[in-house]
Amino acid sequence: MAMNRRDFLKVAAGSGLLLASDIPAQATMPEKLPPQAVGILYDATLCIGCKSCMVNCKIYNSVPGGALYLKGRDIPYEANNYEKGIWDAPVDLSSRTVNIIKVNTSGTAVNKDSAENGYSFVKQHCMHCISPACVSVCPVGALRKDPVNGVVYYVENRCIGCRYCMIACPFKIPRYEFEYALPQVRKCQLCHHRYEEGKYSACCEFCPTGASIFGKVVDLKKEAEKRLSLKTGQEYDFPVQTVDSKFTMRRQVSKYINHVYGQTEAGGTQYLMLAGVPFDWIGFNKSIDKTFLPELTWAYISKIPAVAALVIGAGTLTWAITSRKNKDKGES
Amino acid sequence: MNQKDIKVITPFSMVLIGIMAAGAAVALYRLLFGLGASTNLNDAWPWGLWIAFDVVGGVALAAGGFIIAGAVYILNWKKYKPIVRAAIMNTFLGYLMAATSITLDIGHPFRIWHPLVMWQVNSIMFIVAIHVVLYTSTLATESSPMFFEKLNMPRALKFVNKIMVGVVLFGVLLSCLHQSSLGALFLIAPSKLSALWSGSLLPYMFLVSAVLLGLNMVSFETILTGRVFKHKLPMDILSGLAKGSLIVAVFYFVMKIWQLAKGPGIGAAFDGSTAGNMYLVEMLVGVILPMILLSMKDMRSRVSSIFTINLLVITGIVLNRFNVATFGLAEYAGQSGMDYFPSVMEFILTLAMVSFAIFAFKLSVKYLNVFPEGQH
Repeated sequence: MAMNRRDFLKVAAGSGLLLASDIPAQATMPEKLPPQAVGILYDATLCIGCKSCMVNCKIYNSVPGGALYLKGRDIPYEANNYEKGIWDAPVDLSSRTVNIIKVNTSGTAVNKDSAENGYSFVKQHCMHCISPACVSVCPVGALRKDPVNGVVYYVENRCIGCRYCMIACPFKIPRYEFEYALPQVRKCQLCHHRYEEGKYSACCEFCPTGASIFGKVVDLKKEAEKRLSLKTGQEYDFPVQTVDSKFTMRRQVSKYINHVYGQTEAGGTQYLMLAGVPFDWIGFNKSIDKTFLPELTWAYISKIPAVAALVIGAGTLTWAITSRKNKDKGES
Repeated sequence: MNQKDIKVITPFSMVLIGIMAAGAAVALYRLLFGLGASTNLNDAWPWGLWIAFDVVGGVALAAGGFIIAGAVYILNWKKYKPIVRAAIMNTFLGYLMAATSITLDIGHPFRIWHPLVMWQVNSIMFIVAIHVVLYTSTLATESSPMFFEKLNMPRALKFVNKIMVGVVLFGVLLSCLHQSSLGALFLIAPSKLSALWSGSLLPYMFLVSAVLLGLNMVSFETILTGRVFKHKLPMDILSGLAKGSLIVAVFYFVMKIWQLAKGPGIGAAFDGSTAGNMYLVEMLVGVILPMILLSMKDMRSRVSSIFTINLLVITGIVLNRFNVATFGLAEYAGQSGMDYFPSVMEFILTLAMVSFAIFAFKLSVKYLNVFPEGQH
């Protein structure tokens, strides 16, 4: 017998234990894209690899509320202090880098966005899954998904540091501050601390070519599909910064691989990608399930109440029978 | 040998105490300077030796308690009564070791209590955490009669004995759930864990292999303590455990083959990769060889052969836990170009945990009535 989550909680509440707990942190896992969900569309064919997004990601996330901020902690990169070194040249995501531009090359690497004798940039950061594995596996609800904008964010003071999120994430996103005695998980939080002041993700705001654009996921999807429907070589006004931007850049459409990465991966994400090369070629795992990953563990968890009832019932019955037998025999 | 003839301070004990002292120093160092300073863990290898051996392996090694307690109190198989206290004590110590290790392994040891108040029922880690706490308390209750006898508290003893059947049944339930949950931890990562081990059967295979391991641990400990403390070995118990092992081993073997055939195909184990070879070693040492040996009656009735089989199963199933928690993830983790081999400090702490379990068991044999009914 499998249960849905609501029933499961009822059973748990029946035991009285739940009443003593503070918050049953997100008892249900989201399975639909929130209507107001925001995200990023990254178009590798527009990316020139300037890494402006990386630098500005660090600057704007090193302030209170930012993904790299912690009171009393050195910020990973001295924002607004250019003498101390602006360029820390990370080669991969880390606890100090939650957004990275990488380049993949083959052969002579002369053709942009080509897998043969070519190269392609790729931008890697949290995908903000519709039903995030990290949120489902966190034992204390330190990783959460905002029910309105769908941002997957981190509540530092709940985290116990079990690092199960790092095992669970199929995109290798959460990174850990192993170097500190009181460490944090670090990941992109889509600059959700900037929305109140009317701002949006710094990587999009400071992208000069429109390779990264911010917006509502429904609009981003439409934009991505539109680009895929365009003819190679045709001129198109690519929006810059945000999907509904007045500021556009006219250029020729490059050849795309006919797939929006993030549309189906892990059941769908709020970070979408277009590229001129196959996505596994630029480092994306092909074997990621196309279904919601939390369902894999829920299939097990939902059976627990039934198993518990079965073990207790069968055990009591066995005990009753075997003790009577022993009494008949005059033992014990 | 009488209890009072057992010497606490022997050269072997001094070695154990030395390792424990080193372990305590490592624990302190880890608390002060963090995981990066004390371990070789990194972003591609978030879990290492402490999780694979001390926690996932340690809990499996401690499966004996619920099996023997269940057999004696629920099934009323009184034959096993002479070893039930030793089995419970061992399991209790094993769980203390696992609980201490997980506390030191998490990034914020002083927040270890968070899952108890911040429920998150979608998380297997939450389920595991609740089980560790509940089952360690249950084990404390199950072993409390030994302490109440020693402290001469007849009323408390009477009370605990009255509720013992219920406590044991609760323990059986928690163990079944806990053993399988440790396997379920890896259900969420099908794109990372090698297909040799992943799949929806994983939690149930963890439970069955824990039963196999538990039976062999109990047998192993019975023979070992019998030799060390010069008890007469209860042959009927040992061959009973061996027969049980055979049944569980056959069942586990069928499960493993079924999972392999249904998943990546039998050929995947023979492709010569590291994971494939590890799988073969695990199966050969922990399941196939013991199964063949156990099927011969005279192997089941000789102490030396039983002891050898016990060692094979223990090695094989612990290797299985290593495979699932480390080697099975290696190919994926290696894509990031990061490697992992445990640091000296990680090894020291793990050795210290094992030393603690051995030394504490020795103390309990000396000071508590672990082997009742005139075995001394």
